[in-house]
Formats: sequence, C-alpha cells, structure tokens
Amino acid sequence: MNDAALRWRRPPMIANPWWRAALWLGVGGYLIAAVGSLEINWQRIVAGMPRALEFVQAMAAPDFVSRADQIIDGVLESLTMTLVATVAGFVLSVPVALGAARNLAPAPVYLFCRAIIAVSRSFQEIIIAILFVAMLGFGPLAGVVTLAFASIGFIAKLAAEDIEAMDTRPLEAIRATGGSWAQVIHWAVKPQVMPRLAGITLYRLDINFRESAIIGIVGAGGIGATLNTAFDRYEFDTAAAILLIIIIIVLMAEYLSGMLRARLR
Amino acid sequence: MLEIEGLSKHYPGTAAAALDNVSLQLEGGEIIALIGPSGAGKSTLIRCINRLVEPTAGRIVLAGEELTALRARELRRARRRIGMVFQEFALVERLSVMENLLSGRLGYVGLWRSVLRRFPQSDITRAFELLERVGLEGYADRRADTLSGGQRQRVGIARALMQAPELLLVDEPTASLDPRTARQIMRLIHELCTEHKLPAIINLHDVPLAMRFCPRIIGLRGGRIVFDGPVKQLDTTVLTQIYGDEDWASMAGEQADDDAQDDVASGAAVVDRGRAP
Repeated sequence: MNDAALRWRRPPMIANPWWRAALWLGVGGYLIAAVGSLEINWQRIVAGMPRALEFVQAMAAPDFVSRADQIIDGVLESLTMTLVATVAGFVLSVPVALGAARNLAPAPVYLFCRAIIAVSRSFQEIIIAILFVAMLGFGPLAGVVTLAFASIGFIAKLAAEDIEAMDTRPLEAIRATGGSWAQVIHWAVKPQVMPRLAGITLYRLDINFRESAIIGIVGAGGIGATLNTAFDRYEFDTAAAILLIIIIIVLMAEYLSGMLRARLR
Repeated sequence: MLEIEGLSKHYPGTAAAALDNVSLQLEGGEIIALIGPSGAGKSTLIRCINRLVEPTAGRIVLAGEELTALRARELRRARRRIGMVFQEFALVERLSVMENLLSGRLGYVGLWRSVLRRFPQSDITRAFELLERVGLEGYADRRADTLSGGQRQRVGIARALMQAPELLLVDEPTASLDPRTARQIMRLIHELCTEHKLPAIINLHDVPLAMRFCPRIIGLRGGRIVFDGPVKQLDTTVLTQIYGDEDWASMAGEQADDDAQDDVASGAAVVDRGRAP
C-alpha cells in the first residue's frame, strides 16, 4: 500500500469547502460589526474611576459592626424565607411532578401539570417577585411566595424527568399483586425517585438562598433588602460585609447539600 | 380452572395481531410451558390473563370468574389470586427483601397500613417461611439491589407466592440468568408448584428447560397456537413448525452434559454465582 492511501484526517463536519469558508467569514464579520457597534464613553469611565476606587477600598475593609443588627435580621429573614419556601415548594411540587410524568398521568393531567411547570419556569424570580410585591405588599411574605412558586417549576420538572426515566417493571409487578394506584406510587415509584428528589430539593434550597438575596432588591424582604439599603446610603463597607456573608452562607449551603446528597443513594 | 377462549390482541399502530384467536384450558395443578420465537405473543398472552395488557377480544375465566369482564376494583381483587414472576425480576431495588415479599400482600392491606409497614403477623410469618423455602434465610433486611441475579429471582418467586395465588404466571424466569442458575430457578418453580398444587403458565425461550420441567407444552407462532400437547409429542417436526427450520438434533449432546453437573448443585439453598448487581 502506498503512503497516500494511509494518510488519514478527520472528515470535516461540513463537507463543502465553500460553505466552510463562508461560515468562517460570516462569524468574523459578525464579531467585527458587534464590537464596532459598542458605544464606549471613555469620559464617563474616567469620571467614574474615583468612585470605583472608593468601592474597591471599601470592599477591602468590610464593616460588619455599624449595621450589625440589620445584617443579622436580614440574614435570619433570608434563611427563614429560604427554608419555608423550599418546604412549601417541595410539598406542592410532588403532585405536579407525578402529573407531569408521561408514564403515570393521562394526557389531560399531563398537559395541565406541564403547563404549571412552564409558567413557573418562564419568569425570572425578580419578575415574579415584582408581581407578588405588587399583590402582597413589601416584605418577606412576597419573597416566600415568589421562591415557593419558582421552586415548584424547578423541582417538579426535574423530578418528572426522573420519574419518566425510571424502571417501569416494578410498577407492573406491584400492579400485578393487586395493589392500588396509591400503593403503586408509594411502593414502586417513591423508592426509585426519592434519592434524586431529595437531591433536587437540597439543590433548590441553596438556589433559594441566593435568590432571596436578589429579590430583596425589589422589595421582597431578606438580606437583599438590607444590601439594597446599604448601597442606597453609599455604605459600601457595610455592603461588602453583606456580600461576604452571602458568599460564606452559599458556600456552606453548597457544601452541606453536597454532603447530604452523597449520602442519599 | 383457567379457560381462555378466542383471545386476541391488536396493539394500535401495528399491522399483525399480537394474539390471534387463542384458546386453551388449564386444569388444576398443571404446569404449562409456552414456547415460541420472539414476538410470537408469549408475553402478551401471559399479561392478558391478569390484564396488565388489555385484550382486544376474547374471554378469560379463572375458577368461574370472568376476568375479562371485571371493572377496576374487582380486577384488583382478582389479581390478588394470580401470582406473577418476571423476566428481570421486577423487584423494587431500593427496598429490602422483606419489603419486596410483603408487597405481594398489598392487595389485602390498606394504603396506610402498607405505608407504615404494619402488615399482619401472619403475613410476616409467611414471608419468613417462604424466604427459608427459597433458600434466602437471613436475607430479610438486605436491600434487593445487593443480591445476585439468581437470588433476586428467588425473591421474585417468593413475592408471587406471598399472594397465596391460585394461578402462577411466569414470564421468561431464566432469561437473564446463567444456565446453571436458570436450571435451579426452574427446578424451584417446579417444586413449589407441585407442593402447592399450583397451576402455572411459564413463558420460556429455552426449549430443553421447558421439556425438562413442564409436562405440557404450548407452541405459539405469530400469535396463534401451533402446538398444544404433552412434552412427549414435541419432536423436531413440531419444533420446526414452531420456530422454523433448524438442525434440532445437534443440541441434544450438550444437554446431557450439564445435567450431570447440575445434580451436584441440587437443592434451593445453593449460593448463586449469578451476575453481580
């Protein structure tokens, strides 16, 4: 065999060389046009520099003390909101998840539950929070309702996917013993999806804490409200302290939920 | 005992019928093997009996009760009288062996009692007895997913017997087992059915196993019964009728071979070397 026949290169994804060249040109042209359309105001950047410096300095020297009471209240409020919302979200999402699994629910129920999930997932938490703040007034109640509502879509969607992927043979077996629908769910479905469902819920717990810091900015209570106040007063050192606390709590929550999830198998 | 008359099943969207006008009768204590090529309708036939698959036409009568006419609640009651053993065990893997056995009693226990695992003592006693009988003494609190293939099938059989059934349906009990374990499992099923005078319909793709443990053979092909008779009549002509042309004689030698080995390992309590979980 000669050398030419032994040469091998990976076949290109797009076979036609003209199309390949055109694609590269298109991507390059788009990048140039995109960068060209940015309007960068250098004067504003220069004018903002001193404030940016002040901000960075404040960050380097966080002030935990002068607003300690408000920070503690905010953190406790956020933690309470997170826990209540996650528990409520979990309880409400279980029936939705069962209904949204194609292998368990008849078509009308399936579509209804999928619609609930779609609505819950299509809005960012901030938008939902603005809505509930308008409906329920400022404060943590609006925050709890927001987070619970967002948790339903998250937990129910992932759990429904897990239910759809489960082994259906045990279901058949339980049905064959004369078990009722509820017994099939409890005996054959629950043992299969419980570990993952618990994992999803723990994951949602730490998402909810992070979100509780954000939705506070639109008036839904918690540490976010405290943070927002600090920024409004140009107390960057207090804001820095709050940000550090949020980071530490999120890290701790992630570590803890990771540890718990590893134990559930 | 069991009477099937003109049973047909069409799955929507398929041209050929999975079952086409199947009729058969089963006497008390009779063990039938259902053989036939893949797609012949063996699984469908078995699942039509306890209506895990809804038949399109035909009548099924178990001890005077017409199963095909039952509504949901009565059907659940009737299912309690029919035990079923599955191809890939169909255990609930994350539950313990004991819980899997007790799930055979679900038809008799209310939802809350079953959720709280408050089964009557008689059920628990029976479960311990059956565990011992199938050779899994001391395994009650092991999780099902820690067992080998053969052990899992023993649990599957014990679960079916927990129901104290009047009829046993067995769907390819040996398909995911090694040849030796397959024999032990078939022998166990055969012994238990004989002890309890329990009639059974067993789907098998393994013809030598069927011939060894089942006195009566039914051959299915393309959804129709092409043979129904005592095992003695099952010769190469009949096999060709069921499966199509093949050199049937050439396998005979191999069978005698592992028979000899098998007898060393008789009895149910032998530790399986089945596949790892």
